[in-house]
Amino acid sequence: MAQAAISSTVRDADVQTRAVVDGNEATARIAHLASEVIAIYPITPASPMGEFADDWSSKGRTNLWGAVPEVIEMQSEAGAAGTLHGAITRGALGTTFTSSQGLLLMLPNMFKIAGELTPTVIHVAARTVATHALSIFGDHSDVMAARTTGFAMLCASSVQEAADFAAIAHAATLDTRVPFLHFFDGFRTSHEIATINEPSEQELAALIDPASITAHRARGLDPDRPMLRGSAQNPDVFFQAREACNPFHASVPAVVQSKMDLLAELTSRRYNLVDYYGAPDADRVIVLMGSGAGAVRETIAELTSTGERVGVAVVRLFRPFPTEALLAALPPSTQTIVVLDRTKEPGAPFEPLHLDVLSALWHSPTESWADGSKPRVIGGRYGLSSKEFTPAMVRAVFDEASKDNPRNKFTVGIIDDVTHNSLTYDPAFTTDHARVRAVFFGLGADGTVGANKNTTKIVGHNTDLAVQAYFVYDSKKSGSMTISHVRFDPEPINSTYLIDRATFVGVHQWDFLERMDVLKVAAPGATVLINSPFPADEIWDRLTVEVQQVIIDRDLRLHTIDAGAVAKAAGLQGRVNTVMQTCFFALSNVLPTAQAIDELKRAITVSYGKRGDVVVQRNIEAVDTTLAELFPVPVGTTVTATKHRRPTLTGAATDFVERVTARMLAGEGDLLPVSALPPDGTFPTGTSQYEKRTIATEIPIWEADLCIDCGKCAIVCPHAAIRMKVYDATELQVDGAEVLKTKSFRSREVPGMSLTVQVAPDDCTGCGLCVTACPAHDKSEVKRKSINLRPIEEHLDTERVAWDAFRALHEADQALWDPASVKTSQLREPLFEFSGACLGCGETPYIKLLTQLFGDHLLIANATGCSSIYGGNLPTTPYSTNDAGRGPAWSNSLFEDNAEFGLGIRLGLDAQQHGALGLLAKLSTGSPALIDPALAAAIAAGVQDGGDTPIREQRERVEQLRDALRAIDDPTATQLLELCGTLVRKTVWIVGGDGWAYDIGAGGLDHVLASGRNVNILVLDTEVYSNTGGQASKATPRGAVAKFASGGKGIAKKDLGLEAMSFGDVYVAQVALGSSDIQTVKALLEAEAWPGVSLVIAYSTCIAHGFDMRQSMTQQKLAVQSGHWPLYRYRPGDEEATTPFQLDSAAPSVPYAEFAGSEARFAMLRRSNPARADELMELAQADVAARWRYYEQLAAVERTAPTHIGTAIIAEAEDEP
Amino acid sequence: MSVDLSTNYLGLRLRSPIVASASPLTGDPAMWEHIEQAGAGALVLPSLFEEQIEHDAFAVDHVLDSGTDAFGESLTYFPELESYDTGPSRHLALVELARQRLSIPVIASLNGTSPGGWVKYARHLEDAGAQAIELNVYNVIVDPHRTASDVERSYVELVEEVRAEVQVPLAVKLGPWFTSLGHLALALEAVGADGLVLFNRLYQPDIDLDTLYVKPRLQLSTSAEGQLPLHWIGILRGFMKCSLAGTTGVHDGADALKLLLAGADVAMTTSALLRHGPDRIATMLSWIEQWMVERDYVSIEQLKGSVSQRNVPDPDVYERANYYQVLHSWKG
Repeated sequence: MAQAAISSTVRDADVQTRAVVDGNEATARIAHLASEVIAIYPITPASPMGEFADDWSSKGRTNLWGAVPEVIEMQSEAGAAGTLHGAITRGALGTTFTSSQGLLLMLPNMFKIAGELTPTVIHVAARTVATHALSIFGDHSDVMAARTTGFAMLCASSVQEAADFAAIAHAATLDTRVPFLHFFDGFRTSHEIATINEPSEQELAALIDPASITAHRARGLDPDRPMLRGSAQNPDVFFQAREACNPFHASVPAVVQSKMDLLAELTSRRYNLVDYYGAPDADRVIVLMGSGAGAVRETIAELTSTGERVGVAVVRLFRPFPTEALLAALPPSTQTIVVLDRTKEPGAPFEPLHLDVLSALWHSPTESWADGSKPRVIGGRYGLSSKEFTPAMVRAVFDEASKDNPRNKFTVGIIDDVTHNSLTYDPAFTTDHARVRAVFFGLGADGTVGANKNTTKIVGHNTDLAVQAYFVYDSKKSGSMTISHVRFDPEPINSTYLIDRATFVGVHQWDFLERMDVLKVAAPGATVLINSPFPADEIWDRLTVEVQQVIIDRDLRLHTIDAGAVAKAAGLQGRVNTVMQTCFFALSNVLPTAQAIDELKRAITVSYGKRGDVVVQRNIEAVDTTLAELFPVPVGTTVTATKHRRPTLTGAATDFVERVTARMLAGEGDLLPVSALPPDGTFPTGTSQYEKRTIATEIPIWEADLCIDCGKCAIVCPHAAIRMKVYDATELQVDGAEVLKTKSFRSREVPGMSLTVQVAPDDCTGCGLCVTACPAHDKSEVKRKSINLRPIEEHLDTERVAWDAFRALHEADQALWDPASVKTSQLREPLFEFSGACLGCGETPYIKLLTQLFGDHLLIANATGCSSIYGGNLPTTPYSTNDAGRGPAWSNSLFEDNAEFGLGIRLGLDAQQHGALGLLAKLSTGSPALIDPALAAAIAAGVQDGGDTPIREQRERVEQLRDALRAIDDPTATQLLELCGTLVRKTVWIVGGDGWAYDIGAGGLDHVLASGRNVNILVLDTEVYSNTGGQASKATPRGAVAKFASGGKGIAKKDLGLEAMSFGDVYVAQVALGSSDIQTVKALLEAEAWPGVSLVIAYSTCIAHGFDMRQSMTQQKLAVQSGHWPLYRYRPGDEEATTPFQLDSAAPSVPYAEFAGSEARFAMLRRSNPARADELMELAQADVAARWRYYEQLAAVERTAPTHIGTAIIAEAEDEP
Repeated sequence: MSVDLSTNYLGLRLRSPIVASASPLTGDPAMWEHIEQAGAGALVLPSLFEEQIEHDAFAVDHVLDSGTDAFGESLTYFPELESYDTGPSRHLALVELARQRLSIPVIASLNGTSPGGWVKYARHLEDAGAQAIELNVYNVIVDPHRTASDVERSYVELVEEVRAEVQVPLAVKLGPWFTSLGHLALALEAVGADGLVLFNRLYQPDIDLDTLYVKPRLQLSTSAEGQLPLHWIGILRGFMKCSLAGTTGVHDGADALKLLLAGADVAMTTSALLRHGPDRIATMLSWIEQWMVERDYVSIEQLKGSVSQRNVPDPDVYERANYYQVLHSWKG
């Protein structure tokens, strides 16, 4: 479901409208009302704004003027900005939404838009710009990069302000002609749900001056009154023309203030360009922008009540900087100003807001200050990448400001033991007094977050209480934990930080109690609700030592329910949300229980009504049966448990993992000091092995007697959690070998070996793909396969021992096995293991296979997206190393530039290899030769040799070379010693999804395809932007429903393979592992061997396709059978009469509708709009037929292409003297 | 000489005794006019399956919830649509449309799974304009602990419950697997069934020899399968007042005529229409009409049941003796 309307706004006729919404929805509503054209592109955390706008327009929702805004998804933020620029140049009212790198891509157009004085508003959920690492979380590094564009910048610090300032921005831009960037903190505000009073349509209309719209339209490009804009100017006039805009920018502060005043008249909500809160006679004043203002205001309320003279100036308008308003806002009594910036600008004298405040003070007359001298100004950084910013930190800041010699350029919220800039603070200090402070721990799949959103809505709409809900998500996509922080209070809630003293703790999965310190957030006397499969009187004895201790120490009151059983009885398998929600209402007394239950049922009807009566009825039944199953838990007075919390790590780990990774895994990353972290973002690989998540309820158990050694279970596993090894039986001396199952391996080439297929029980997600793929049945009992899912509790202990024993067995000697078969490819060690990808992920098996085939000499350039998240999202990475310490070297640059990034890696390698060959030639041709000429010649000859044996032999030769070089006292030898590693073949793979390859990175990809260089490109085509939640890309097929294509995509999917073939010298393959694993293996091997550019487009099933992911591989097969995804390989050749295009799949044998009907992305359209679905399905079937006919003809086309490309550089190098 | 092909079925006067039975064909509005022009006496719409409605609702629920609110960058995966059409509304709209577009009676078919579901959806179908409802009691009793009498009682109670809630005529479509079908038939009639439709054909499993998967498979019927309904209609006609419909194996005029002679009020056809198209109905009627003319029959009513067990000289042919005769006459 889309970013679903959190709100169900209660609208009075014409006055205040109280709504329960998040910052994105509040903003998007205003933007949609005030716009005619909305150009969008998904990026976290701004994507929901575009999704709301698209959703509303697709349903015919109109703007203030009764028209439905045009919403268009572009190929990138650069495209969105260009489209916006065009729309507003024409005189339309336009807007867009973005964040982070997206905003950076808009900068060139923003300069143009501002330079042309064209009104528009860009709404930004401010997010960290990627530096040493990507981060999706919030700070101001992106908007600060836009402060030179000429856009006015207005900062909202709460959900209410996001709504109000969106309205002010749309109104003020039209009056001033200066475009506005309206921003608020990513996640903290964009995703925080709160009660607000939405500006009504009448209020918004009253803010916007129709005359300004008329003037804007009159300036629009129109052949009826032609003009020219965007000229090229010369030194004679450019400068003067640039200065001509000054009056417009100068007018902005006054206009914004006038709009704020008008809003106050209309709504009683008053804002100023800079708002001051706190003691009128404050001696210490913080200046800051954004959501941190909430925590600061709350702290000030607490501190001033004890007589402290503190205050805060919250900057609303950041550009043009309101110098006068700031000076007017500061009390004359101010002695110390502390400027807090939520960004970092290395090398700058101070951060940007700090500099602006200093500049303002420069203009302030000394005599305007109480003691006749200007306040001193210090500053610091806080909250980068959504780092918590709490009252305890605010107090530390004020304490620092009290000192005679306070630190300047400090940081707060971290421990900086390198440059020692950080302030210390007392975490025990709190100002969080909300009446209800509830924290819920849930599994991603159990509906906890949805339930809490729902609860928040119910309370927000049925009480006068202010509500606030904020959600913390996992870095894993499968088996992920969610933590919901929910506050209710009679007073407005300013607590813009997480709850650490909860009055209510909901533990929605029993397992959490055993592996995490979930009760550390419980305040003394708190109520704890545990979802448990055990009777209430057994709970105490089943708790760990640590949990029992905290319960006793804090006098916690426990309740329990077997929510899974209640849900199951009501026909809601696995969805405990309704049950736990009912318990919360019963225990928290936020509402009278009877009323709460009535409202809950009403909410169920609203939430699930569209899904069908039966879904509503089952949920209501769950509500009705819940309270009879809710029991208080008898609690002991002393600790009686002997069991301890499960350790974070199992087994021996490296020092770095022990010191750093383990702390992050334990949820203690916030406590790591600066010195613990690599300064350049470089992390060791092979760390996922230490993260034993044990999230499966069932794991595959191997039946050796049935196995046919095919390797299919291993090749399809998305998590490398089931593996096969072939070994000499004499190896079965390793510890634990007695529990290893084994059988003789069928091989003519290498007879007499043993085979074991083994699951990694703590790393398996239980997705069941291996079972689906297994072709071996018991001849007498067909349901018994060679791999069967069995309850983990029955097998965990044994399989753990077996897995350790399996790991201890030697990896197969790769030289013995030709990798060109599924079976033998799976004898190779995967160097990509235990990713946190979704259950049944269609992408990861390809990457795993890539590492099995080429992992020890593989460099990966990875586009941002799902593959960069499951590949590189801390705390651990699935990329690993072999016994020799070799393994994939991986890096992510950006989303849009991945092809170029990978090409750069190739060029770097080639240049180094070129240089090394030159040095080698020099050292081996002198008289006397310092290096054995025969060795040098052999190395030069083998520099491009691929395959296990040639690479191993080349490594041995290079090792000889190293030994020789070390003995030579010569600068040339030293240089060659540094570079000689490049003389062993390295393979560069450029990996990314369809969002990158088909859309945002298409230009770069096109150029790389045309480069002729030896790079390999793997496109993991899920046909949708998977990582950001299912937005349509140019890979989305016709007829599929996706976000931004909710009416079903009307245009056929782009044929990327054909585009690549047009270059003539590019190897192209289209593969689908679930349809032909052997064709996939062959294609990857051929691509790697091809001396030029290779492109492999891999069909990747995805949760966004809408089917049972256990059928992931079966579904791939159906896609091929229906003609949706023909398999082929295009291998150019310079032989005469070559037909390079080879179709590897049979003609479509299944109607396209049968394939489409089995996936919700297509089937949903049939339900919502059958006529359009029929029309699109007919066209899609025609697409399939036409493509197949075309491919059949291609398969007969003779084409000769020169294949010397890729060897040119080597030849050149060999020619070097 | 013209003959009167009309017949009385479920209290409805049908212009002909050939009824287009529930199938994808009768669910396609584009085919309705064709079916009507071919001379069908009535049309039975495809079944409304309660189980399917529930399955669809939970499938949509599952898809919309899968993966949601679990990862910060992708809180959902699908856009929210106006409707997911998980309820019976589309089917009910089909009933309404059929009533608007057809002049022949429109019979709705219902397959429920819960007592409440049968009643609720029957009422919906009546409200949508169905002129009769066929209760398609389509289930396989796999519980070996459940007795035959218990199963039969559940059928009777179901019909009784629906009868109490709807006014339009009710037909009950049964499978042939009852120990004492006649007893059940009488009981159903007693609680208000206006007719019986004999017999249902179940989707029966088949084994894929490549994958060893068991898959449901429905094969179109053959004329030979018409003997079973003919047999039972011939027997039941003698002691039942309610309507009887013969279905399964009606591929030509002869197949239909035999059922009528045995005692059916209508002959329902599906496979023949799927194979040959709606015009097959006209061919059947033409053949029947010619047969009647040749033998001086004037109306369908005249011949209905004339060869039922009660009206044949040797009633034993409908009973076990028939088995012996067939075997003894088998020449190998």
